[in-house]
Amino acid sequence: MSVDTDRDQGRDHDWIMAEAGRLAALGETAPRLARDPVNQPMINNWTEAIGDRNPIYADTEIARELYGGPVAPTAMAQVWTMYGLDPERPAHDPLHGTMRMLDEAGYTSVLGTNCDQTYARHLQPGEQVAVTTRLESVVGPKQTGVGEGYFVTTESRWWVALPDGRSEVVATMTFRVLKFRPRAAALAADLGEPVRPVVNRDTEFFWSGTAEGELRIQKCNACGVLRHPPGPVCPECHAMDRGYVVATGRGRVHSSVVHHAPKIPGKRLPLTLVLVELTEGVRMVGELLDPPETVEIGAPVVVDLVTVDDALTLPSWRLAEEGAR
Amino acid sequence: MTGPQVLSEWTLPITPTLVVSTAIATRDFQDVHHDRDLAVQRGSKDIFLNILTTTGLVQRYVTDWAGPRAVIKACALRLGAPAYPGDTLTFTGAVSGIEDGVSVVDVVGTVSLGSHVTAQVRVVLP
Repeated sequence: MSVDTDRDQGRDHDWIMAEAGRLAALGETAPRLARDPVNQPMINNWTEAIGDRNPIYADTEIARELYGGPVAPTAMAQVWTMYGLDPERPAHDPLHGTMRMLDEAGYTSVLGTNCDQTYARHLQPGEQVAVTTRLESVVGPKQTGVGEGYFVTTESRWWVALPDGRSEVVATMTFRVLKFRPRAAALAADLGEPVRPVVNRDTEFFWSGTAEGELRIQKCNACGVLRHPPGPVCPECHAMDRGYVVATGRGRVHSSVVHHAPKIPGKRLPLTLVLVELTEGVRMVGELLDPPETVEIGAPVVVDLVTVDDALTLPSWRLAEEGAR
Repeated sequence: MTGPQVLSEWTLPITPTLVVSTAIATRDFQDVHHDRDLAVQRGSKDIFLNILTTTGLVQRYVTDWAGPRAVIKACALRLGAPAYPGDTLTFTGAVSGIEDGVSVVDVVGTVSLGSHVTAQVRVVLP
């Protein structure tokens, strides 16, 4: 992954705005009919899932009194014209087209930010709605909490045909999404100074060991128990007399995690970290170099002492052949 | 104006069943609302509530308070933190004014990550 240069950004921005202008100039789409007329079963599915017991959505006395029968929840306006699982899209769908265009420009993630609806009246079972949509605006690039992106705003209107051939608008929606380039992907590498381990009397033996090509494990000289990370007191017998043994440098993956964010100075993300159970029995955390797509728990690994600079040699790990112990 | 100016708090536990059943009831088959593996692959913690459902819940909160004779005229949502299963969505609301006979109800829905939705609902009260 590379950080775009200013020149690339500029060219991308001009292209995005030109494409946005073209899509906006297409204006409002032709009306697209809902799959089904407004109907009671879909209303019932909705009220059941939302847990809405408003009696006007069912065949009740108050619904008959107020509306001559049940009405659909206003919040269902958009539901009637959802695409559902049908993969077909009309040739000119402004939201879909704008999303595809911004995908191409590298703004691959999407987040809904605003949804403003108005309702002229309740819809009743049997009414057939149609929707029209236009691209209102594409604004950006904006630096946001999730990364750089463009705000895309569309306007939709829902229509019902009148007996005289005209149509009435029954609901409207202004919908805004942020189409963004995830920050972790845009800035995956922090080329700053790596974080240094704290070297003190308890850990000095460990870091001198890695510098000399040895992976050392602290050992209690009193009871012989091995421990890691190093500390002043044996957790078993509480003795403070400590030494170390040199590990074989072999073990198995006990657990692993892929770190995507936030950035870590001196590291390129994503970073695969493993908790290795050494053959000696203690566990150590380190980076798994050249990681496979999926890290198997129990996979055999071998230590690789990576010289960062004169002052720091960091134990990292590589997958080993099964059986090579 | 009849009735209290402040809506009583409503606490809704978010469950996978709620997320999935409302996504399907709103005909929203985007995978992030029903397929946890794909939601995680796309960078989410889990599946999460879709916008059409948030719209529905906000309006239910207002009509539960206002009664069946109330008529919702508009609903403006500003969306924030996602609502994941295991979390709790807590709604609070208050009438902030009346414009041309239409009451303006400010609603906030909060999850553990912060504000999930800030809404302004315009409703004609009986």
